[in-house]
This record gives sequence, C-alpha cells and structure tokens, in this order.
Amino acid sequence: MSSNAAAIPRAHRPQGPREIPQHVSPGLWTLAWRRLKSDRVGMVSLAIVIAFIVLMILSATGLIAADWSREVGVNYAPPTIAGPDVNSLGPGAATATGAEGPTEATTFKSTVVDPIGDVIAELKGETTAAGTAAGSGVVDPLADVMKDIQSSKGAGAAAPEETRLATLPFGGDKWGRDVLKKTIKGSETSIFVGIAAALVATLIGTVLGAVSGYYGRWVDDALNWFYNVFSSIPYLLLILAVAAVLQQKGTMTIILILGLTGWTGIFRLIRAEYMKHKGREYVQAADAIGASNARRMFTHIFPNVSHVVLVQLSILTVGFIKAEVILSFLGFGVPVDVVSWGSMLNEAQNELILGKWWQLVAATTAMALLVTAFSLFTDALRDALDPKLKGIAG
Amino acid sequence: MAAYIIRRLWQMVPTMLGVILLVFLLFNWVGGDPAYVLAGKISNQEQIDNIRRQLGVDQPYWVQLWIFIKQVLTADFGASWSTNEKISHILATRLGPSLTVLVPLLIIETVVAIGLALGVAYVRGSLTDRAVMIACTVGLSISILVYIIVFQYVFAYKLGWFPVQGWGNSFWENLLVFSSLPILIALVVSIAPNLRLYRTFILDEINQDYVRTARAKGVGENRIMWVHVLRNASIPIITHLMAALPGLLLGSFLIERFFSIPGIGREVILAVERSDFPVIKAITVYVAFATILSNLLADLMYKAVDPRVQLK
Repeated sequence: MSSNAAAIPRAHRPQGPREIPQHVSPGLWTLAWRRLKSDRVGMVSLAIVIAFIVLMILSATGLIAADWSREVGVNYAPPTIAGPDVNSLGPGAATATGAEGPTEATTFKSTVVDPIGDVIAELKGETTAAGTAAGSGVVDPLADVMKDIQSSKGAGAAAPEETRLATLPFGGDKWGRDVLKKTIKGSETSIFVGIAAALVATLIGTVLGAVSGYYGRWVDDALNWFYNVFSSIPYLLLILAVAAVLQQKGTMTIILILGLTGWTGIFRLIRAEYMKHKGREYVQAADAIGASNARRMFTHIFPNVSHVVLVQLSILTVGFIKAEVILSFLGFGVPVDVVSWGSMLNEAQNELILGKWWQLVAATTAMALLVTAFSLFTDALRDALDPKLKGIAG
Repeated sequence: MAAYIIRRLWQMVPTMLGVILLVFLLFNWVGGDPAYVLAGKISNQEQIDNIRRQLGVDQPYWVQLWIFIKQVLTADFGASWSTNEKISHILATRLGPSLTVLVPLLIIETVVAIGLALGVAYVRGSLTDRAVMIACTVGLSISILVYIIVFQYVFAYKLGWFPVQGWGNSFWENLLVFSSLPILIALVVSIAPNLRLYRTFILDEINQDYVRTARAKGVGENRIMWVHVLRNASIPIITHLMAALPGLLLGSFLIERFFSIPGIGREVILAVERSDFPVIKAITVYVAFATILSNLLADLMYKAVDPRVQLK
C-alpha cells in the first residue's frame, strides 16, 4: 500500500489555473479519462455500473418498480420460460378465480407439461425447451392481457380475489410478487446503501487522514491510536457490535454502521499521502503566500491526492454492497418492509428447498453483475489514474 | 529480541485500553441503560432495579468502566443475559468447534492458494492465467451467502453426500463428517481473493535478479519457484495470513450459523439477535486482543523467514 503512495509521477500533478496559454498540456483527469477510454473492459464495466445507477435513480423516484409489493402472480409463480408450476396448480387455480384467462393457461400448460412431470425438476432445461416451444406463444399474450386488466383495475393493495398470473417473466415470490421488480427495488437499496456508506467512510477517513498526516506530532499520535483501536477489532465483529447497540433498524442506521466502521483503510492511505506532500515545494509556496492550514490541506494538497480517494471510494462501495447483503440477510440490516438483495436471499434460502430457484437466481445474478462490473471498473480506474501500477495488482 | 518483545507488549497497552474504552462507550453509553434492553424480557420493576444493581449500571460511569476493566482482566463477565450461562464457559466451549473448522481450513487453503498462485504466476499473461483471474473476479462477486445456500442444497440436501447440518460429540466425527462441507465451502469462497493476492506477491519476486541468477547457474524451474521465489514471497503472505487470522474466527460465522456449528461466530450472531451485551462485549474484547497479539507474532515471523529484517 505504501508503494501505492510512492508511485505518483510528478508529471501527473494537475496544472494550476495559470498555465502557459499557447501550449495547454492535458491535466491529470484528461489523461486519466483518455487512458480509461482506451480500456475496453473498463468502459464496458463503467457502462454497466452507470446502467445500475440509472436503474437505482429511476426506482428511487418511483418511475419503475414502484408497485413491487403488488401481488400480481400466484404464490411462487414460476418464470415464464419454466412454465406454470404443476405442483401448485391446485392453489394457483384456486386463487385465480377472477377470470377464465389464467385458468385456461394453466390447464393448457398442464396438458403439455404433465406427462413430463415436475418430478424431474433438475432437467428443467429440456422442460423449458418443450415448454417455450409449445407454451410461451400461448401464455405470453394472455399474460399481457391479464396485465392490462389488472392495470385497468387501478392501483391499490392486491385483494385476495384479484386475478393472479400463473407465470411471471422472472417468476414470483411467496406472495406472488414480481421477482424482477423486487430485484430492481433491491438494487436500489443495495446500491444506495453502498454508495452512501462509502461516502460517509471516505469523508471520515479523508478528513482524519489529512489532519493526521498534515499536522503530525501529537495529533498524529492520537489519531493513530484511534486507528489502531478501530482496526484491531475485526471488521465484521465491529459491524455486528454496533448493530447490536443501535436498536432501531433503518436504511440510515445501516449506512451509519458501515460508514462509521469502514474508514480505517482510507485513513491510512491519505495520512501517508499528506505526510509526503506537506513538505513539497508547492505547499511551501502556498505557505509563503499566506494560505491558511485548512486552505493548504484542502485546496492545495487535496487535488493531488484525490485520485487515491476516488479509487478507495470505489473499492469501499463494492465492499459495502457485499456487507449490506450479509447484514440484511441476517436481519440486522434494512427493515423488513424494504427489499434488499440480502432479504431476497434470505427468502430464497427456504424457497430453494421447495424447488423455487428463481428468486435466488435473480438476486445472485443482479448482484454478481454489479459487483463484477464495479470491481473491474475500479481496477481500470486505478490503472488510469496511476498507470505505474498497471500489471502489478492483478 | 527479548527487549523487542517486551517493548512491543508494552506498546500494546494503550491500544488494548482503547479497545476496552471503545467497547465500553458503545455498550454502556451509546447502548443506553441495559435495563431497557432487558425490560422486554422482564417486566417487574423491582426485578429490573435488582438487575441494575447486580450489573452495576446504577453506579457512575467511571465505576462501571472500572468494573468492566476488572471483568476483562479476570475473564469473569458474569452470566449471559439470555441463557444465564457463565460467559467464561461460553467462550471456552465455543472455541473448540470453531477451531475444528478453522485449523484444517487454514492449512488446506494456504497450501492450495500458494500452489495455484505459483502455477498461475509462472505462466503469467497466458490464457490460463487470464482465465483463472477472470474466474476469481467473477467468483469474488458472488455473495458468500449464495455459495453456502447452493452448496448446502446441492451437496447435502439433494445429493446427500454430507449431513445438512449438525454437530456431534466426538472430535473425529465432527472433523470428518460435520466439518467437511463447511470447510469445502469456505475453501471455495476464500481461495479467490487469496489466489489473486498471492499471485501479486509472487509476480513481484519473479522478475528479480536472483531468479535470473539461479536460472543462469542451472537451478531447476521447480526449485526456483518453490524455494527461491516462494521464500521471498512468503513475507507478505505471512503478513496477510496473520492479519486474516482473527477475522477468520468470525469470517466463518455465516458458515457456523448455516450448519449449526456451536462456535464463536454463531454465538456472536445469537448474542446480537438477543441483545445479549455481555457476550458480545467479551468476544469483541478478546478477539481484538488476539488481533493485536497476532500482529506481533507476524512481525516475529518476518524475522524467522527473512534474517535481513531488523526489528526495531
């Protein structure tokens, strides 16, 4: 990590506002952006990350997936490609009392699927091939019609006698809620918590690291002691201990827990950077023209270490998304009325025993896609901002 | 050497005091009056007053802190709020199962990760190397929860190769029957990040001059990798291992929970669920102490591996 700090080439210091006008050399960020643009993996990852963030914003503003809690399908409605669940045909047909539509669909499907049987659920691939060939053409139009009927019925909590779909594009959960919408809603929670907690942790770590590295002496000793204390408690234990103490659950609580416990890594890095930078000529020059300590720390030095902050922010976001999933799974995270990937996995654990795999697959795929893209983007970002490191950290 | 160890031990005192202070602040000050936590379990006001006296929370904060320090030093934290079991007894009985899973895991994992890392680093840049690295990145991005859920379902529930969960009384049964699937899962989960990291450490060494010299004088490739390179790369590997050691004790807490292994990690989760503060306090303080000590141990092991290291 200290080699990381040592590797900032002089050429990459951003140019001050008063540069020579006739020859404008590109600054750190322009160069980094150029390098990032030529990194194909990095750009694809960036696109995926941005897509997820757009999804989060759309979902947070209620433009999509606002009605995730509506029970649109039958209980445990299977994904369309798998065909309706023959096992739960009885209750499924029983709940779908409103119209002939879904009943027709299920009976039709059952004639197709029944001989093959749900017993060989492991061989779903073959069933799917048969099912989609014969079934989807029939089921899908019906499903669309049903959606129209339902939306025309207007909003409101799903009444028990409301018509339910036999299948949903990505399946339904225990109460027949659309797994796709739940996954989108879960993405909103998980990404928001990840980014917000990373911002809190980065802010704490950067300010403490800057103060510690810049002032040195007893301030440094005190903050270092603070760091030693925090870092000697294993991270997950610290999170659980804070979660035990903070009784009220909520999205803000979990952001606070993660943010207040996760600042140690960035503190160490920023402290080392400030120790290195505070003696440099440009800081002495700033001192000579009468810049205050705070101004030297945050206006002069900070831009030169901001690439470290950015990379750490990215790393922390990935870590916090993973931590939030685990905490919510254990029931120490977001409250029960908020969907997160962790709470979806918690439900999926029991569903899997019943052979309902779709919620597990949906939450896992969404999370794996985002985390992989975010990790690869972080690597690309680090390479772009700090090209000397390229190829070392694999 | 002895002087160094004594000085390091002396320097640990402020950090340990800090840990005690942090845990104290968290549970006795932020956490508020434990009587309110207990109020859900006991509603009788007289009993609550009695308990407050017993716990010493009717005393001023500095007295409470002194009580807590005495508890840490004597390892006598009293009884659990939920089960009334002695906390020293909880710690003593839960350590064994945790170690039964962790020690074999640590050994297998280190050997496999180092072996694979040496192999991948040797063919660096090749298709194999890149495929393994991509597999590691993707594998890392899947939550540990998914591995546990799927493996438990497939190997224990569907195929019946392992017991779904449980723990016995005989050590060998625990080790060979009940621990095998947990160890397998933990292995799959932890191998990806460690392989990536160890590969980096080995790549730092593989282009050094001494490797070229060894090749020039005709040393075999196997000996170069396993003796020359590995010995030098083992310094950062040891640091990493020692730093990860206390975390492992808890890192397996999800596994212990899923497989009903009565270890430290499961105890922490149960305690958090029950707001059983004394248990969390005791485990937090002692695991932190273990971390601080293992940092010292890591520094001492540097010296053993690399005689050039000056302990100061």
